Amino acid sequence: MFPASTKTPHKQPRKQSISIGRGTRKKDEDSGTEVGEGTDEWAQSKATVRPPDQLELTDAELKEEFTRILTANNPHAPQNIVRYSFKEGTYKLIGFVNQLAVHYTQVGNLIPKDSDEGRRQHYRDELVADSQESAKVVISETENLEEDEEPKELETEPGSQTDVPAAGEAEKVTEEELMTPKQPKEQKLTNQFNFSERASQTFNNPLRDRECQMEPPPRTNFSATANQWEIYDAYVEELEKQEKTKEKEKAKTPVAKKTGKMAMRKLTSLESQTDDITKVSQAAKIVERMVNQNTYDDVAQDFKYYEDAADEYRDQEGTLLPLWKFQNDQAKHLSVTALCWNPKYRDLFAVGYGSYDFMKQSRGMLLLYSMKNPSFPEYMFSSDSGIMCLDIHVDHPYLVAVGHYDGNVAIYNLKKPHSQPSFRSSAKSGKHTDPVWQSELVHIDVIKLKVEGSTTEVPEGLQLHTVGCGTAFDFHKEIDYLFLVGTEEGKIYKCSKSYSSQFLDTYDAHNMAVDAVSWNPYHTKVFMSCSSDWTVKIWDHTIKLSTLHHCRTPMFIYDLNSAVGDVAWAPYSSTVFAAVTTDGKAHVFDLAINKYEAICNQPVAAKKKNKITHVQFNPIHPIIIVGDDRGHIICLKLSPNLRKMPKEKKGQEVQKGPAVEIAKLDKLLNLVREVKTKT
Amino acid sequence: MIFLVEETLKRIQSHKGVIGTMVVNAEGIPIRTTLDNSTTVQYAGLLHQLTMKARSTVRDIDPQNDLTFLRIRSKKHEIMVAPDKEYLLIVIQNPCE
Repeated sequence: MFPASTKTPHKQPRKQSISIGRGTRKKDEDSGTEVGEGTDEWAQSKATVRPPDQLELTDAELKEEFTRILTANNPHAPQNIVRYSFKEGTYKLIGFVNQLAVHYTQVGNLIPKDSDEGRRQHYRDELVADSQESAKVVISETENLEEDEEPKELETEPGSQTDVPAAGEAEKVTEEELMTPKQPKEQKLTNQFNFSERASQTFNNPLRDRECQMEPPPRTNFSATANQWEIYDAYVEELEKQEKTKEKEKAKTPVAKKTGKMAMRKLTSLESQTDDITKVSQAAKIVERMVNQNTYDDVAQDFKYYEDAADEYRDQEGTLLPLWKFQNDQAKHLSVTALCWNPKYRDLFAVGYGSYDFMKQSRGMLLLYSMKNPSFPEYMFSSDSGIMCLDIHVDHPYLVAVGHYDGNVAIYNLKKPHSQPSFRSSAKSGKHTDPVWQSELVHIDVIKLKVEGSTTEVPEGLQLHTVGCGTAFDFHKEIDYLFLVGTEEGKIYKCSKSYSSQFLDTYDAHNMAVDAVSWNPYHTKVFMSCSSDWTVKIWDHTIKLSTLHHCRTPMFIYDLNSAVGDVAWAPYSSTVFAAVTTDGKAHVFDLAINKYEAICNQPVAAKKKNKITHVQFNPIHPIIIVGDDRGHIICLKLSPNLRKMPKEKKGQEVQKGPAVEIAKLDKLLNLVREVKTKT
Repeated sequence: MIFLVEETLKRIQSHKGVIGTMVVNAEGIPIRTTLDNSTTVQYAGLLHQLTMKARSTVRDIDPQNDLTFLRIRSKKHEIMVAPDKEYLLIVIQNPCE
């Protein structure tokens, strides 16, 4: 607290140094006390001492009064507190500042009497007090203490120092209480002074491991590759399964299903049992062909690529290049009685074995060879009676019709692996009693020609009566009902299916039995016949009777110096045909090149003694197969000269097609006709 | 059926130039052979792998296609392998004798 107003007396500056003497004393006006003489020394000592660095002020300045105000403000309180006001968005000075100044603080442990803790303590104290009724001294002291405590508790000023002795006294009281013997309860104090921790340990339950081990599940290693084609395979399998289920649903017979399942199971069990070499059959077949291809590699190459270059120099003649030889031990002593190419598989041909010797008749065989495997036939069937003729169905190339010497007709189904024919004519169904010479599979009807001279159709049994016995016949390529029959006597009859009692026409063809008759594949009017009388004749069935001769005359006649076994037209040209003779020669004619002579005349028999019995052209390849009476079949390639197509004139397109062929032959025929009419 | 296959295999074996034939199953284990054991095992193992590779190649190019047969021509002879679904038929031939 500062005095309300003060005057700071500024003494006049003494220019002189302090000189303390009796005389000078009286000049001080402001000397506060006037002292007597005895107090000069004090007066001297009370003379104000000026520090050397004191401000020197003028009298006016010295007399200036300065006001000092005494306030209750806290001089240390900040006066420039600024707060941001969000409302106005600016900083604002706070005028009202807390002016409280705290000089001294100490934390105390006084509790108000009315609070919970205070009441509890009070209650405790009361308990203690009740138990201490016997000890009055203590009670009185406690009462005193309590009384002392009460007013002190009211004080809020930091008078904790006084509390401590009070607490100490309370402690003394408690200690005294403890010391007295009849104190029932200890006051548990959780304070720093007599707090002791009590711990106890319980038994730990023993831990026990319980384990259980099972057998590991069976594991297998599985590894596979996932390729595009494996995925494709899986899809295909899936598709097949679906289709199968569909089919099964359609069938809808539970019994059948069961049997099917049983059969399946049996199959699978069988398959798993045997080591199953049968599955290799397909692969074995392929390998056999490969091996053969290797062995006959040169032959295969020739077949495909060789063209006889010498033909250029040979003028018009051609040659036949021998390729493969087909023979089988089982058919060794039989003669080839029939040859037929398969219309669908151009490398497959059927051979019928029998015997032309009418005295000795033995068994017969039917073999089907493929050019890809010359060492063994693809199919092999044997029969009791010799086979005289065979034909393969055009639309169903797995059906082979065979005519036997004993008059039976059998049809073999190549799809089924049985060695027995699937159809056989028997005595009931109009079996012939004589050898069947020729059969042709026309659609599904089998038309047979028997020795006894009637042609029959199975099963209708159309019969024609002839004077002699029929040995050969051929159906017209286009006119369905028209066919030719050659007889043993050498006559050729033109017949029709619709006229069963009459012949349309008769030709005095040969002097001996007619061995083969064949229509020209292109020209609808021309046919050819051959006979054991050494001749081959070509006819035009539309030619009118010449004035001189009362019977038909052939367009061309060829004398081959030996009995002609077979003739065949070439499929690629209307003017080419081949004839085979019993002296083991093959003759190839091309009327467009040479009308009077063969352009090829070549011995082809495997051995000189062999008589050639049949010849057939392959529909697409330039080869012919020739069969002889020893069971050998030889495949020959036609040289280029034999396959000549009409030369195209420069600038003109080569016309190919049946029309051209027909025209070609027509030209020739016209020439001949002209000649004939002239003569 | 079995007889037919046996016949065919016999014919192949007796064909001109054929040195040996063997049938190997899908895992490369020989089932039938006309050669000695060590050679057979060697051929079987090696050719099996080669055939698998060849087949994989063919099918990768076109999954609808499949390997028909495999020929390996060497100076001394020719090895022909015809794979099947479960079996492999191997023939060793000396083509020009």
